Amino acid sequence: MNQVTAATPVPAAEATTASPETLHLMVENVHCAGCIKRIESTLANMPGVAASRVNLSTKRLRVDWLPGQTTPDAIAETVSGLGFPARAFDPAALQDGGEAEDRRLLKAMAVAGFAAANVMLLSVSVWSGHFSGMGGATRDLFHWVSALIALPAVVYAGMPFFASAARALANRALNMDVPISLAVILAAGMSLQQTMKGAEHAYFDASVTLLFFLLIGRYLDRRARTKARSAATRLLGLRAATAMVVGSDGRQRAVATTSLVPGMVLAVAAGERLAADGEIATGRTDMDTSLVTGESLPQAAAAGDAVYAGTLNLTAPVEVRITAAGEDTLLAEIVRLMEAAEQGRAKYVKLADRAARIYAPAVHILAAGTLAGWWWATGDGERALLTAVAVLIITCPCALGLAVPAVQVVASGRLLQRGVLLKAADGLERLAQADHVVFDKTGTLTLGEPALVNAGDIPPHSLRLAAALAAHSRHPLARALVKAAPQDDTTRIDLTDITETPGCGLSARHGGRPLRLGSAAWCHAEATATDTGAPAGPEFWLADGDDTPVRFVFADRLRDDARDTIARLRAMGLGIELLSGDREDVVRAVAGELGIDEWRAQCPPAAKVQRLKDLAAEGRHVVMVGDGLNDAPALAAGHASLSPATAADISQTAADMVFQGRSLAPVAEAVAVARAATRHVKQNFALALLYNVIAVPIAVAGFATPLVAAVAMSSSSILVTLNALRLKLVK
Amino acid sequence: MDVLIYLIPAALFLGLIGLGAFFWALKSGQFEDLDGAAERILMDDEDKPGTWFGIHPPCH
Repeated sequence: MNQVTAATPVPAAEATTASPETLHLMVENVHCAGCIKRIESTLANMPGVAASRVNLSTKRLRVDWLPGQTTPDAIAETVSGLGFPARAFDPAALQDGGEAEDRRLLKAMAVAGFAAANVMLLSVSVWSGHFSGMGGATRDLFHWVSALIALPAVVYAGMPFFASAARALANRALNMDVPISLAVILAAGMSLQQTMKGAEHAYFDASVTLLFFLLIGRYLDRRARTKARSAATRLLGLRAATAMVVGSDGRQRAVATTSLVPGMVLAVAAGERLAADGEIATGRTDMDTSLVTGESLPQAAAAGDAVYAGTLNLTAPVEVRITAAGEDTLLAEIVRLMEAAEQGRAKYVKLADRAARIYAPAVHILAAGTLAGWWWATGDGERALLTAVAVLIITCPCALGLAVPAVQVVASGRLLQRGVLLKAADGLERLAQADHVVFDKTGTLTLGEPALVNAGDIPPHSLRLAAALAAHSRHPLARALVKAAPQDDTTRIDLTDITETPGCGLSARHGGRPLRLGSAAWCHAEATATDTGAPAGPEFWLADGDDTPVRFVFADRLRDDARDTIARLRAMGLGIELLSGDREDVVRAVAGELGIDEWRAQCPPAAKVQRLKDLAAEGRHVVMVGDGLNDAPALAAGHASLSPATAADISQTAADMVFQGRSLAPVAEAVAVARAATRHVKQNFALALLYNVIAVPIAVAGFATPLVAAVAMSSSSILVTLNALRLKLVK
Repeated sequence: MDVLIYLIPAALFLGLIGLGAFFWALKSGQFEDLDGAAERILMDDEDKPGTWFGIHPPCH
């Protein structure tokens, strides 16, 4: 498209305007009309942007921009600046034909729906004609018109089933699509033959309505999967794709993270995540390692110190010499551990598939038996075949096909309302079986961010002063200080000469007095520190001129409803356990406060996985709830898993569900919804079975006229759907 | 019963129009972002014509 525009001759005045290029961005935090409007209207006023459109369903942004007037980086930065972190991606790399398949199903569903409605219209006329004395010629005409609509529709809309059945047969296996295809094709074929003969009954309506109902189920199922997959790819896509490498000439260039090799020197800006393991070549900074080790406090790092991929550079730009990249990094090691752990979960067979394994052969045996029985009893091959087709139609798993997807759609909608994003389509089933919950500590039971705990002991003036200075730093303790300060305070504090010294703290001047905020050594507070005793946790000091330094003590707070949620999970019959990579005394304190008896401290990732394996060997179904990179293998190893939305990307990718917000209640909520959903799925299976128990004898006995088949099929499908919708009402 | 000669084609034709409209809507990308469409209706002033892809809103 761009080439075409470029080739068109343009007036000289416009010759400088290049043809627009298209940029695709993944955008976070977009969830309402207001967000869409802010992004689109800001971009509309940005020079060099021709057009932009947010896709809310996929959280993607498409921008047409003019080269020479702006750059992709500038656009991404503008959007990120609005509070919607944006990262460019290559749509071709994420394309796996999934969307095309969705469309194909939707089209097939529309065609089947159209055909079903029109054929049913004609069929109803024929059925009422049986009673009001419709002439044979009119009935034949109606049958022929039905054939004209139904046959092309069956060929078009039945393709997804035929293709899948053919694949299964090629692998010498039976799936649900084999009896479906057989029923639809035989019903259409037999009906055509009956119509040619001018016979009384034709099953065109049955074959197309069958397809219509089944396609609804298939589409809903597919959509749930696509949603889950797009959530996963979005998380993967957000990982750093390029890193800045410093060349021998001192110039920086962007290099794909996959092409990094040991020996290269990376320029890492403040606020950037590291793409490889290495050691600091020049510079001094604080590294936030919380996602890798679970340790919530930043580590000071200077030249020669080892730093790991996935950690966040907080305070100052540094240069890092790579010691390991790609497959050799700590990150890659964790990914390997995770993939190994996933093998176990792949063995899980979904409820619907287990039902299909029994159902498909049973249906074939039943139909074949009917054919043989009628042939033997009456000697009439045509009659026998017609009855066998009726059996296939009646037993066709319409209700079964709708039983799971309908419940899934309602359940995931409910979870989304509570802030839980369902990522794995079968995650609900697995979660419903759970009888044991294993929690990580930092970032899961706790908020993963320090909060000021001794605000009461601090003079208000010092707190204000400290907060004003802290506002200039990204250090987690500084941020906590800003949050702790009274927000309604309007008095301005004028600070000059503000500088941040990585690993130490901040300094500034306030009304001629030197001001320092940071470690005890930085504020020359060692003397005061020894007087007041050992620190109870991470701390900051404020030195205001020659006054006695003031101490600020911080602690990682538990989520407000952690206690209630644990109690609720216990009441639901689940065992509770705490596995943490943190120090023993900290873990013991948290476990004591929450009343958790079973806990282990200082667990490396492999130990967590081993503990989950041991539990699984005891026959327990374990739910893992964790957030850190070190939890990712355990998340993959658990029977089901959840992670908070603040977790490392890779942990969110490994988890079945991601929950948002500062509360822990969604964990209990997810278990409750999962159990209710599985109960409804089983009820639906029971309904479908009950329907078959009643309808199959009628069909085998040869009483299943097209009218009976239509009534039976529709009523069971509607019943199952209504039962699924009932899940919305469950408390 | 002669009226059927007209009524059946008429019914089929109307149905086909609906099917055609759905295919058009699908092709022109109106099913790409159902969540977005549901939210966009709440915006007071819609984007200027030309800022959309494929579909043009009525001019103000």
